[in-house]
Amino acid sequence: MDFILSSFAKALNLIVSLDQELVEIVFLSFRVSGLAVAISAFLGLAIALSLSIRDFTGKNIIVTVNNTLMGLPPVVAGLFLYLMLSRSGPLGFMKLLYTPAAMIAAQSILATPIIAGLSYAAVASADSSIKFTAITLGATPFQAAIKTMKQVRYSILASVLAGFGRIVAEVGAVLIVGGNIAGYTRVMTTAIALEADKGDFELAVALGMVLLLISFALNGLLFYFQRKKINQL
Amino acid sequence: MIEKIEAHNIIKRYNSRFELECSLRIQKGLLYVIVGPNGSGKSTLLRIISLNDKPDSGTVNYYNGESLLPDPFNNMSLRRKSILVPTRAAIFNETVHDNIAYGLKLRKVDKKEIRERVIQALHMVGLVEKENDQADHLSAGEAQRLALARALVLEPSALFLDEPTASLDPDNAGIIEDIISLRVKNQGKITVMVTHNFNQAKALADSVIFMYRGRIIEMSDAASFFKGPTTELAQKFVFGEIY
Repeated sequence: MDFILSSFAKALNLIVSLDQELVEIVFLSFRVSGLAVAISAFLGLAIALSLSIRDFTGKNIIVTVNNTLMGLPPVVAGLFLYLMLSRSGPLGFMKLLYTPAAMIAAQSILATPIIAGLSYAAVASADSSIKFTAITLGATPFQAAIKTMKQVRYSILASVLAGFGRIVAEVGAVLIVGGNIAGYTRVMTTAIALEADKGDFELAVALGMVLLLISFALNGLLFYFQRKKINQL
Repeated sequence: MIEKIEAHNIIKRYNSRFELECSLRIQKGLLYVIVGPNGSGKSTLLRIISLNDKPDSGTVNYYNGESLLPDPFNNMSLRRKSILVPTRAAIFNETVHDNIAYGLKLRKVDKKEIRERVIQALHMVGLVEKENDQADHLSAGEAQRLALARALVLEPSALFLDEPTASLDPDNAGIIEDIISLRVKNQGKITVMVTHNFNQAKALADSVIFMYRGRIIEMSDAASFFKGPTTELAQKFVFGEIY
């Protein structure tokens, strides 16, 4: 018990004193996951929009595949990307393995289906009279789909937050393609795994507390947007 | 300018039990009112002739004078001159101003003109003081007036209204009826309305289209229709035996 309390105390000290290593790791985590969620939001919303414009042959298959990919295990995403980016892989010439770029790509693969799936679900469950009214006023199907997405913007924002929450807390994908290199590809989750392995718990606990704080903040934001959505109804 | 609409042998099936099949001609300058019992296909017909739903077969032709305007369902420029106000028009969760401005923005009207036309439309429907209010805070009557303003601001050549005063109190219904009458009288454009309100139809219509089970049973001038329709079904409807 003393050991746990001591670790917590030292961890708090690291946070309060803005320990350089801690700050670097947190900063890199936000950079990697932030860029990944920006890319995923662009791709995911484009997919959701394409699915919302009109019905077409194969749409149900695409939705089903996307929904399946929402549950893609991070290690599997990491493994797939590793095979693509390794020296003998088809994209080996890009020399991206063990770089932050590879980590961003891996997390984008994880977050895109989540944002696409949740956004499309929000649009599909929106009042169909929104789309019809937009069309009666002269909107093209594309413009009507955009209008519907604007009407469910809080749900879409929540889907982006959900995507971010998934990737900032994952360890499998970034560990495989990033390599957990100190000062270069070491993020919060891979650092916690390493420090716990080493038996050096101060940094691990400190990073864990930061992750919890992020999780709490994300849930708070999600709750806020849910309330905004409910107030619209 | 749309001066005439003709529907030839249009057929629309929704399920094994319902089929719409009819032909009609609509001219500018008259207020056409479509009446009939529930499920007779009034709203379906309105959606088709306003180019918001394609028939399974048959044609809908739009004319400028005697010139046939080509391919109306795929002609976006034409479709933007023909506006339908549905029964339950969605109110977007933005301000009253932005709701009314939506159609104008789609047509890339410049900001100054948008502002002027929105104000004018707000005056027409009596919602000037609500311009910057959130539209989803409006009452049902105000929302329906907003929906009408949103259509009128676009200055459509053809205006189609699906039960524009349904569930409204007499004051709000009266405001909307006056606006509709004035449009027909002053602008002489195409106006077609569906209503369940028999007295409203009697008060406003120049021409009545009576529908029953997907067919147009009778189409005549309002005076003749309400005085004494020629068909048995229409007579039963006018005298309240079917509703």
